[in-house]
Amino acid sequence: MTFTDEWEKLNWDDVKLSIYSKTTKDVERALNKPKRDLEDFKALISPAAESYLEKMAQESARLTRQRFGHTIGFYIPLYLSNLCANACTYCGFSMENRIKRKTLNQDEIAQEITAIKAMNFDSVLLVTGEHETKVGMDYFRQTLPQIKQSFNYLAMEVQPLEQKEYAELKTLGLDAVMVYQETYHPSTYAEHHLRGNKMDFEYRLETPDRLAKAGVDKIGIGALIGLEEWRTDCFFVAAHLDYLERRYWQTRYSISFPRLRPCEGALQPKSIMSDKQLVQLICAHRLLNSEVELSLSTRESAHFRDNVLPLGITSISAASKTQPGGYANDEQELEQFSINDERSALSVASAVQARGFEPVWKDWEREFQSIEAAQYEK
Amino acid sequence: MSERLTIAGKLFSSRLFTGTGKFPNSNVMQKALIESGTELSTMALKRVEVNNPEDNILKPIVDAGINLLPNTSGAKNAREAIFAAQLAREALGTNWLKLEIHPDPKYLMPDPIETLKAAEELVRQGFIVLPYCHADPVLCKHLEEVGCAAVMPLGAPIGSNKGIASRDFLEIIIDQARVPVVVDAGIGAPSHAAFAMEMGADAVLVNTAIAAARNPIAMATAFKLAVQSGRLAYENGLAPVNTQAVASSPLTAFLD
Repeated sequence: MTFTDEWEKLNWDDVKLSIYSKTTKDVERALNKPKRDLEDFKALISPAAESYLEKMAQESARLTRQRFGHTIGFYIPLYLSNLCANACTYCGFSMENRIKRKTLNQDEIAQEITAIKAMNFDSVLLVTGEHETKVGMDYFRQTLPQIKQSFNYLAMEVQPLEQKEYAELKTLGLDAVMVYQETYHPSTYAEHHLRGNKMDFEYRLETPDRLAKAGVDKIGIGALIGLEEWRTDCFFVAAHLDYLERRYWQTRYSISFPRLRPCEGALQPKSIMSDKQLVQLICAHRLLNSEVELSLSTRESAHFRDNVLPLGITSISAASKTQPGGYANDEQELEQFSINDERSALSVASAVQARGFEPVWKDWEREFQSIEAAQYEK
Repeated sequence: MSERLTIAGKLFSSRLFTGTGKFPNSNVMQKALIESGTELSTMALKRVEVNNPEDNILKPIVDAGINLLPNTSGAKNAREAIFAAQLAREALGTNWLKLEIHPDPKYLMPDPIETLKAAEELVRQGFIVLPYCHADPVLCKHLEEVGCAAVMPLGAPIGSNKGIASRDFLEIIIDQARVPVVVDAGIGAPSHAAFAMEMGADAVLVNTAIAAARNPIAMATAFKLAVQSGRLAYENGLAPVNTQAVASSPLTAFLD
C-alpha cells in the first residue's frame, strides 16, 4: 500500500465542494476543539475562516511556542546543478529554457562550502535539476561525503529516487528529502510537466513512501501553490501528511509553502493566494498538527517573513542563491527563480532575534549516525 | 532547610533540575537558570557545538557554575544513544548522562526496550545514567537494577505542560524506588512541581514551562519556590485528607 491508494479515494471536486461549503459554525467548532481532524482543516482553510484569522494566529502561535519554544531553525540551499531533462512550465531550469547550464565539480563545491560556512550555516539543502546521467546517483555518491564533512544536517531536493538508492544515500549522510508534489490534480499536473521523468505523477506521489521505508529521518512535502485551486491542493498536502504520520511513525515531517506569484514574463498562477491566505494556511496546518515543522523560504519578502515568524513557522532559509556556484561567485543568469528576501544571513538572524527568537544553526550531530551507517554497509 | 539530595554521591541543595531548550536567547536562559537556583541542567548534545568554547548553550551554563547533564535527544535506538553518550563524555568531560531515546518524533515517547538496553551498557561503561522513561513501575525497577543512578519517569507527554497525569503510577514508583526519582516532562506550572514534590519525588526537571513562559526569569523563581515548598511539605508530613467529618460517636467506644 502507498499513498496512491488513499489518494484514489479522494475525489478532487468533492473535496473542493466540501471546503467551500464550510460555514462559520464549522470554523468555530474546529477552533474550539482540543484535537482537530482533516474535516476541521477544511473548515480552517475555507473562505468561512477568513474572518477568524486573528484567533487562528493566536492559537497557532501558542501551539508553536509550546512545542518549539522561541527558536527558529536556519538552513541554506546549495544548488549543485541546473541541468535538467524535464520541461516544467513554472521552472527556470526547464530544459526548454536557453540558459547557461552548470554542474559544480568538487573544487567548485568546496568553494561554495567555504562561502556558506562563513555565514554560520550547519544545515544544508542540496538542490539539482533532474539529469540521470550527469547528476544522478554517481554524482551524489561523489559529492555527499564531501559536503557532509562540513554540515551536520544534510537535506536534498532532487529527482525522486528508488528506495534502495535513498537507503544508500543515507549511509553517505543524507538526513532529509524535500519532494513536493507540485499539484495533486493529475490533469493539471500533466499540463505543467510536458517532458521528462517528472511526467510520472504516481512515481512522484509515492516518493515519500519510498523515503520512509528507506529510513530517511525527515521528509518534506508541499504543493506549488497556484498551479491549481490552492485550497483543494493544500488539503491534499494535509491528507498526505496524515497518511504518512500514521503509517511511518518514526519519520519527521515538514511542510513548505512555495507559491507562484503573478510575475511578468513568467507563468501566471491559476489560483492567486494572498498574503492573508498564506497566513491562514500556515495557521491551519499548525492547528491541525502541533508537531509538524513548517518552513518558509526566501521566495517570500523580508517584511512578510519577519511578521509571519511567530505564527507557526519553525525553520527558514536565508541568504539563498538559486544558481549553482552562487555563493562563491554570483552569476544571476543561471538562477532557478528570483528570491524576494535578499538580506544576508546575519541580518535575517538579527531580525529573528529582534522578534524574541533564537536562531538555531545546529540541531543535529552527524556523529550520531556514523555507527548506523557503518552497520548498514556490513 | 530541607534535606539535601544525593545522586551518585553528589549532593544537591536544589531539587529543581532544568533544561536549556526553547529559550528566546542565551542571556535569558542564563538568567532564568541562575534565578531557578538549579545545580543541574540538561542540554541536547545535537544542539551544542562541543568544540566551541563560545557555544551559546554551554558557555552560559559553565559560566554560571551549573553542572552539565548532556542528553541523547535525537537518538532513535540504543546504539545511537550509546554513541552520543561517548561523544558527550569525551567532549564535555562529564560521565553524567540523561539517557533519552525516542524513535517517535511526533510525541517523543521514550522507548522502554532500547532505553533499558542502553542503560545497562552505559552503566557498564562507567556512566552515571539518569534515564528518561515512562511512568512504568516495573521498568523503573529494571532500570534501577541495571545500575541507573536515578530514574526520570514522565509526568505527562514531554512539552505538554499537562502536569502529573501519571500520578497513580508515579506513586508506586516513588514507593518502590531505591534510587532517587526525578519527575521529568509534562510539568507545566509551579503547582504541578509542588504536587510532585509533595508526593515524595526527589526532584523535578522543568524546561518548557520556564523557557516558553512570557517571562522565563520570573517563572524560574516561581518554580524554585514551588519545589522548595513542595519538598518542605513532604518532609513535614502533610495532614491526611478527610472526605467527611470525623464521627462524633466513635464506633469502637463500647470497648472502653
